Amino acid sequence: MQTLFGPPPESKPGLLDRFKKAMKSTRETLVTRVENLVQGKKEIDASVLEELEEILLGADVGMTTTQEVLDAVRLRVSRGQMSNSEDLKEVIKAELQRILESTENREISTANPPVVILVVGVNGTGKTTTIGKLAHLLSSQNKKVLLCAGDTFRAAAAEQLGIWGERTGCEVIHQKPGADPSAVLFDALTAAKSRNYDYVIADTAGRLHTKVNLMAELEKLRRTSDRVIPGSPHEVLLVMDATTGQNGLQQARLFTERSGVTGIVLTKLDGTAKGGVVLAIARELKLPIRYAGIGEQKDDLVAFDANRFIESLFS
Amino acid sequence: MFENLTGKLQQVFKKLRGEGKLTEENMSEVLRDIRMALLEADVNLQVVKQFTDQVRAKALGQDVLNSFSPAQQVIKIVRDELVELLGGSSSKLKFTSQSPTVIFLVGLQGAGKTTTVGKLARWLSKGGHHPLLVSVDVYRPAAREQLAVVAKDIGLPVFSDPSSNSPMDLAVAARNYARSKGHDVLLVDTAGRLHVDETLMTELVQLQSQLQPAEILFVADAMTGQDAIRSAEEFHRKLALTGVILTKLDGDARGGAALSIRNVTGQPIKFVGIGEKYDNLEIFHPDRMASRILGMGDMLTLIEKAGEVVSREQAEDMQRKLRQDGFSLEDFSEQIRQARKMGPLSQILSMLPSIGPFQAMKASDIDDRELVRVEAMISSMTLREKSSPQIINGSRRKRIARGSGTSVQEVNQLLKQFDQVRKMMRGAGARALLKRQMGKMKLPAMSQ
Repeated sequence: MQTLFGPPPESKPGLLDRFKKAMKSTRETLVTRVENLVQGKKEIDASVLEELEEILLGADVGMTTTQEVLDAVRLRVSRGQMSNSEDLKEVIKAELQRILESTENREISTANPPVVILVVGVNGTGKTTTIGKLAHLLSSQNKKVLLCAGDTFRAAAAEQLGIWGERTGCEVIHQKPGADPSAVLFDALTAAKSRNYDYVIADTAGRLHTKVNLMAELEKLRRTSDRVIPGSPHEVLLVMDATTGQNGLQQARLFTERSGVTGIVLTKLDGTAKGGVVLAIARELKLPIRYAGIGEQKDDLVAFDANRFIESLFS
Repeated sequence: MFENLTGKLQQVFKKLRGEGKLTEENMSEVLRDIRMALLEADVNLQVVKQFTDQVRAKALGQDVLNSFSPAQQVIKIVRDELVELLGGSSSKLKFTSQSPTVIFLVGLQGAGKTTTVGKLARWLSKGGHHPLLVSVDVYRPAAREQLAVVAKDIGLPVFSDPSSNSPMDLAVAARNYARSKGHDVLLVDTAGRLHVDETLMTELVQLQSQLQPAEILFVADAMTGQDAIRSAEEFHRKLALTGVILTKLDGDARGGAALSIRNVTGQPIKFVGIGEKYDNLEIFHPDRMASRILGMGDMLTLIEKAGEVVSREQAEDMQRKLRQDGFSLEDFSEQIRQARKMGPLSQILSMLPSIGPFQAMKASDIDDRELVRVEAMISSMTLREKSSPQIINGSRRKRIARGSGTSVQEVNQLLKQFDQVRKMMRGAGARALLKRQMGKMKLPAMSQ
């Protein structure tokens, strides 16, 4: 997998297991139900497809994507290419994989540090926590990471990031509450340039994608970043909560439109929520899912890999 | 592109229009569409099934009334069912006879508990209560600092003890403190937790048995998808929730999770969070919500709001002017000021039915700052220009643009639109006033 930050840390023992464990709920319900569904039913008929539809919809995959997968299945059935459960599983797997792999995972040059990462999303998805984990991931690769407390709106947001800075040994640039986020970013980028940091990770205030002026603020942040370090931000990560339903697609659309999202971080996968909406997002917006948040500790962030994701669904 | 239940259902009902009768056949198509619409709006699959079954049973069992078209009849049934599912009439908070009344706010991470504690505290304090706030979130970094800042912002007391890291000790100490200081309500902000986290769920159960809260309110994000049913069910099973607060309803995700959570817990949705300010908490009105879902718009709330900011005399004066065609740019600017007092335009817009003149207007297209530019342009005009805009020639336009920091093009557009509005209003009755006012808000820069 090509990520901005190189391959996932292989040295970490049992990473795959932890990822699998986090995905267990998704796997159990989705795969077991598909298996239950097809067992004892050699022939694939309309009721099987209907139940399959419900399974996908129940995982927040959404109507359009679900229909697309079902259409592929129907096509195979009508051509007589598929008649039993094994085939059905393979077709679903291939379809989901095709969707996740159709994303544009563009390569980003890290040749001229600092690399600027802007972290955006609606309120309460876990932006600050994700930044803490990301800072940990990067500094464990011996990178010099500077954190930018760009959320000057929410109460104690800078303090929260400050604690993550302490935990991960990264310096945090912040200003007074209510300061212009662009000014904080300007400070952070200037400091990062003069002091040779490898990465700057900028936090932003959570905002609903429907608030025009708050979205315009993100455009301003982009402009500021580009002015201080031309070509930046190099990566704009949209943090999405796995519990999010179909509104996630609209979030992704508008955040991409206004802030140029380059990838998704799917958080809170350690619950029972499936995060199936990322399939809809990958399908429509071709946005790659870069990381998965699987807990509250600093090492609970793992590289999200389409293959591994599908494998863990179907293993 | 329809993004919400309102639009979806309207599409559905459009299909019904023109149909003479409600038959098994067209019902099943309609029900399929309703099912799709509800699913797209994140209503849980099981709830959708139950809902469509109920609608089917009611619709088919009913006599066809001559006074209703089949479409109206289905709309009525769907609406009634929705109101019922959403919980009948709105419900209030319970208070214990022994002070302080303890209220827990619980929920998943990031649902908006801390912000909601602030909003609820302000709401209680406005209602004559003296709430004390306490955060027992010892896990998330700076969670307690966040509540302290919130409390400071709203000017209400918060109990804190940085030396303690035990939620139980903190909660008990806060209750004792509240008792000694005469606070009648204690609002407890708990840590966000996953419903599958046994340790943290047990901690909540222990807190509950120790503090005997009168209310355990489940704070849920309106954007939640299918999983809403699982988390709500689990929280309810462990804690016996007494109510729900739905947050982030000011976005464009609406309804789905509300229906699911209400259905699975059986507990009323008591409040909704509709913005980032501490005043942005409203009592939940099932009937209004159902109307909104059905595209009838939340006109009741809008009318209430309009009543708050526009006096009767002002409204009558405006109507007289409209009839006599004496509507000037000065009046235009006054109307804008009044409209702005009602809150952000996107919020007002979301209360209007998404049909007719409002159909094409999306909340995301509206920027309140456009109004500021219009006001600036009008303020840069002389009194004579305001009352007779036809005298505004090229050099005046240049001056106005310079004075307001806009461009001549923008001034042109404003004048053109004002002219159109005036024409449109000529002869318009009083009832159309509000509508026209909203129609007018398609402002110069938006059409660029």
